[in-house]
Order: sequence, then C-alpha cells, then structure tokens
Amino acid sequence: MKMKSIHEKHSGRFGYLSDSAVLTMITAAVFVLLYIFAAAVFQKGFLKPQTFFNLLNANASLMILSCGMTVVMVAGGIDISVGGVSALVTMCCAVWLDHHGGSFTGAVLIALGIGLAFGLVQGFLVAYLEIQPFIITLAGMFFARGMTTIVCDAPFNVQNEEFVRIRETRINVPFLGSYNKNGVFINAYVETGVIIALLTAAVLFFVLKWTRTGRAFYAVGGNRQSALMLGINVKRTVFISHVICGLLAGIGGFVCFMHVGSGSAANASGAEMNAIASAIIGGTNLAGGAGNIIGTLLGTLTLALMQNIVSSAGLDQAWWTGITIAVMLCIFLILQSVIIAMRKKLK
Amino acid sequence: MAKERSERNLLSFFSGRQFLIPLAALLALVLFNLIVDPEFFRVTYGRNSEGYPVLSGNLVSILDDGSELAILAIGMTLVTAASGGQDISAGAVVAICGSVLLRVLCGTGEASGQLQAPIIAAFLVCCLAGILCGAFNGALVAFFRIQPMIATLILFTAGRSIAAWINNNELLRVTDSTFACFGGYIKGVPIPTPVFIAVICFAAVWALLRFTSLGLYVQSVGISEKTSRLNGLDPCIIKVGVFVIMGFCCAVAALIKVSRLSTINYSVIAKDIEMDAILAVALGGNPLSGGKFRMSSSILGAYVIQFLTTTLYKLDVQSDALSAYKAAAVILLVVLSAPAVREKLMKLLRSVTEQKSSADGGRI
Repeated sequence: MKMKSIHEKHSGRFGYLSDSAVLTMITAAVFVLLYIFAAAVFQKGFLKPQTFFNLLNANASLMILSCGMTVVMVAGGIDISVGGVSALVTMCCAVWLDHHGGSFTGAVLIALGIGLAFGLVQGFLVAYLEIQPFIITLAGMFFARGMTTIVCDAPFNVQNEEFVRIRETRINVPFLGSYNKNGVFINAYVETGVIIALLTAAVLFFVLKWTRTGRAFYAVGGNRQSALMLGINVKRTVFISHVICGLLAGIGGFVCFMHVGSGSAANASGAEMNAIASAIIGGTNLAGGAGNIIGTLLGTLTLALMQNIVSSAGLDQAWWTGITIAVMLCIFLILQSVIIAMRKKLK
Repeated sequence: MAKERSERNLLSFFSGRQFLIPLAALLALVLFNLIVDPEFFRVTYGRNSEGYPVLSGNLVSILDDGSELAILAIGMTLVTAASGGQDISAGAVVAICGSVLLRVLCGTGEASGQLQAPIIAAFLVCCLAGILCGAFNGALVAFFRIQPMIATLILFTAGRSIAAWINNNELLRVTDSTFACFGGYIKGVPIPTPVFIAVICFAAVWALLRFTSLGLYVQSVGISEKTSRLNGLDPCIIKVGVFVIMGFCCAVAALIKVSRLSTINYSVIAKDIEMDAILAVALGGNPLSGGKFRMSSSILGAYVIQFLTTTLYKLDVQSDALSAYKAAAVILLVVLSAPAVREKLMKLLRSVTEQKSSADGGRI
C-alpha cells in the first residue's frame, strides 16, 4: 500500500513537483519580491551590487550551517548544537592563534576536528543508541557553550598576522560594482568565506542529488521502515548525516571566525535557530524526507534580507530582529503545514 | 527463592521503578557532598537583614531556589507526556510573563515605588499572558501538527525580544515590601515563601491528577493519538490543554523570579531553565517520547538538579561554565536510560548473577 501511494505521488497530477520544490519556489518568489520592495522603498542602498554581496559576506557562515542542518533534517533528525559548536570553534582557534602562536593551517585543522568530534559523538548516540536527536544535540549545544567559557572567558580580537592577512583577502566580482562620489568604479567584492560557503553548497547539492548516500538520506527521512526494507543501512545513514552536520558546523564556525576576527562565547549566538529557520523557509520538511540545498540558500538569503530591511526601516532595536525571525518562521511553518495538508487532500 | 527475588530487584532497578533513578542520583550527590564537605548540610536558624528569624543553609536554599524549576517541571512533564516533545520556550515565556507582571505593577507612569495595581490583578494578567503563550504553542502543535520543539522554537527565538519590547527595554523596579514576600520571606515565617508556592502547586496538580481523568487522558494521547480519538478523546484539546498548563506554570515561576529580584533582566531571567526542566523530566525516568509519566518523580528530579547546581556553585564553577557540566550529566543520564544501553546492561547483570549462582551451586 505504502509503495503504491508513493508511486501515485510521483505520477499524480501534481507529481512532477515535490512539496519541497513548491516551497522553494515560494521562497524564491518571496526573496525577489522582498528585494524589489526594498529597492523601491530604500532605493540607493539596495540598488548597489555590493549590498547584495554584503548579504552574502555577513551570512556565509549561516549558509554553511544551514546546509548542514538541511542534511540532518532531510534524514529526519535535527541538530541544535551547530551554533554552540561554531562558538567553541571561534574561541579555540582564537586561543590557538593568539595565545599559542599557532599557524593558520593548525587553526583550520582544529576547526575541522572539533566539528567532526561533535558530529561523531552525537551521530553515534543518535543513530546507534537511538536517543532522540533533539535532546542529545540540545545537550551538545549547552556543552559547547559551556566549554567555550571554560576555554577562555573573555572575548578578544585576534592579532595573528598570517590570520589577519588571510581574513582581509577580498575577492573582486567581475563586471559588478558601483561608481562612488568621484565617479570612480569600485568593484564589488566577496570575502573568502563566501567562496567556501558556495563550494560547500555545491558539493552538498551534488551529494544529495546524485550519490547513493544522498538519496539514502531522503529515503530514511521519508520513511524509516520502507528505507530499511529497501536494504538501506538506516543507522549508518543517520550517523553520516550527523557527522556531515557536525563537520559543517566546524567549517561554519571557522568562516564565522574569519568574518568577525575574534573569539567570543557570544559568536554565532542564536545561529542554530537561524539555521533551522533558513532550512524551513527554504522548504525543508520538518518531518524529514524533503528539502534541497538551493532552497536552503534562498532561505538564508531571505532571512538575512528581512533582517536588513528591518534595520533599514529604522527598527534597529535588538528585539525587532528576534521578533521578525520568529514571525517569518511562524508564517513559513504554518504555510508548510497547510500546503502539505492541501496536497494530501488533492491526492 | 531469595536469590531470585534479589535478582529481580536488581533488574527492576534498571527497567522499572522510576522513582529509584532520581533517588539514586540524589544519594550520589549527598554522598559526594558528605565526602567533600560535611558543612554543606548545616542548617542555621538566624536573623535576616530585616531582623526576622529565618532558616538558612544550603539545604534551605536548594528548596528555595528549586521552586521555580519544580513548578516548571510539572508543566514540562505533562507536555512531554501528551505531545512526545518538549517545550523549549519555557524560559522565554517566563521572561514575557515577568515583563507583563512588572508592566502592570508599575503602570504607565514614572516609577515611583508605589504599586499602580493590586498584586493579584497583576498576577492574573501575568497568568493570562502565560496562558496565551501556551495556547499559541499548543495550537501550533495540535492543529498544525508541528513538532513541539520546533513550534516552541518560535517563542524561544522571540520571547525575550517580546519581553524587552513590552517594557520598552526599561528596567522597571518594584520596591513594595508585600510584593517582595513572594520571592523572600513572609514576616515571622522562617521558611522562604517560594517553598510554600511550590507546595501549593504540587497539591493542586496532585488533586488534578487524583480527582480528574486528566492524567489518564494525557497518557493515552501520548501513547496513541489515533486510539484516543477512536475512544472519543479529542487529542487536540488535550494537547492545547497541557501547553496552557505549561504557560500557567511559567506565569507562577515568573512571579517568584521577578519578586526575588524585584526587577527583571530580559536576557538573563530564567536563562536555560527549559534545559533544567527537560532534564528534570528525564531524570524522573519519564520517557521523553511521551506516554506514561509520574509527576512525583519529575518533581524529585527537579530538586536533584537544583542540588547539582548548588553543589557545582559550591565548587566555584563559573555560572557560564555550569551548562557544560550539566550537559555532560544529561548526556550520561540519557545514554544510561537509552533502551539499547539498558538492554546491554541487563544482559551484563544477568550474566554476572548467573555466574554467581552457578558458582554457589558448585560450592554446595
């Protein structure tokens, strides 16, 4: 019966578009409309290409975290620890570079190591001991945040020359830019983090779409029982999804570190919530089994754009950001729930 | 026969007997403190700064400070049992309720130290705020079928912002001595008031579970939504109901918290308390995936966690680093109570006892 209904789902009237694709398209439309709205109302700022690229620069880390979150959520789990792990990475790298005079490569390795360690432990506990992912990763988040203050309790800026040089590297975007007051053409630029984020997204897009492991994520998230009957190693798939998310939390933490240039327990605060919100806005199904990387990237950008608009509108008190994100999350969650219910009825 | 019984007791320690888990944790903590510093348990009878006789000491402060947590654990237990998820917005809702409470108490005029509204009215409005937040969470969970943790994520993200927004980010201050009673001492009574409030809450929830079928309904919804519907129960109403109770618990906790400080700090008040409340439910041996629950076990769990917190503070652990230790405790606990690990432990235990009995048999 189940197989039959899945079959019908793919050949039915609306079969050629999955729930996730519909939601992604809605998000894309919302993003474009928001940008046009912003450009119309606040004119100058939003017409410059650099504004768009600044959106990318500021949110490169969040994009990476959201991609990791998407993978876990597609496989039917969730990871709340990404923000905490990022903060821990920034602090450990900062301490390594400044207090121990370590090298840049060492910092990269530390970041990857911390991320991988969290991913492995949480993945093992979730997949093989079958503990609820939410509880384990919530504990992971508190553990990471607590460890950050244990490693060093005062935030500080990193002065390491090698790091500062790499951090300030800017990559010009060809053909795009704007003229300043004197009529001199200034090229739009992106930071290295954006390149890393886009590369990560590309790799994940490929993995999710065309590899056996990637398709296994969807199968396991969609229906564990069916996936098991198809001969998929469910436990290993869940494990791998958490490892990928942990690793990406490490990378995301490092990109965040490159962007802010300081080690602090307050870094990436609330990042887990933003990452979940991005994934959901981008059309990732909460219950698992649906979602795509492009949607997630669009979700991150929409979220960031919304925040940008809120602050441009002069509502720059800190609380407006929180409220805006929550309202958007709420709207998209309800939208998702309603769309899925409607499509079920249509079938 | 006797051996068989003792073996069964040992096995039931790991499988059944919920109450034993928090009790064992409590015992371990008490032993630890006895070894490290027996002075920990000293309770003194002295006079406080206002000259009234009061009891003081670590044990009293555990009972005192644990009140909010225990009250929240009541709501969290019901939410966990009915919905199979947890409410992570508890701390944020406490902030909202506290903010509303202060807004009503201080009125719109300049802070003059005079109460602008009776405390009972302010508390009712505060409860209303809590219940509204709970109903919002509950509606998302029940009608839109969103996982509880994700649904409560919305208020978790926005709650403290909303709390700051309600009071325009001003730090209002209440200096009224009657209001301070709720978080301090009533004149002439040596036991802190929060303890009484907590006891009243326990009595209320005991009566609710004893004299109504709420407990049964909550469990049946948690175990199987479909079956409960077939039996004429509306799972939606039960789910919204438990979240509303949770909201009410948050309002009571907010009253105590705000009264303790006589002001509010939006980003710090009741921080991470949701984590502690979830931990209390887990420590009480209640399955986090819903279904059966035992209220008394959760409440005991809450006090055990407060005991842990106080112990850690005594060991000079920074408040920011506290979460790392607690998280480690949670992970240990959840791992130990995981079915897979439990099965392994049971097997190990069984093989050990079997070996013992065969060795005994050889001797005879």
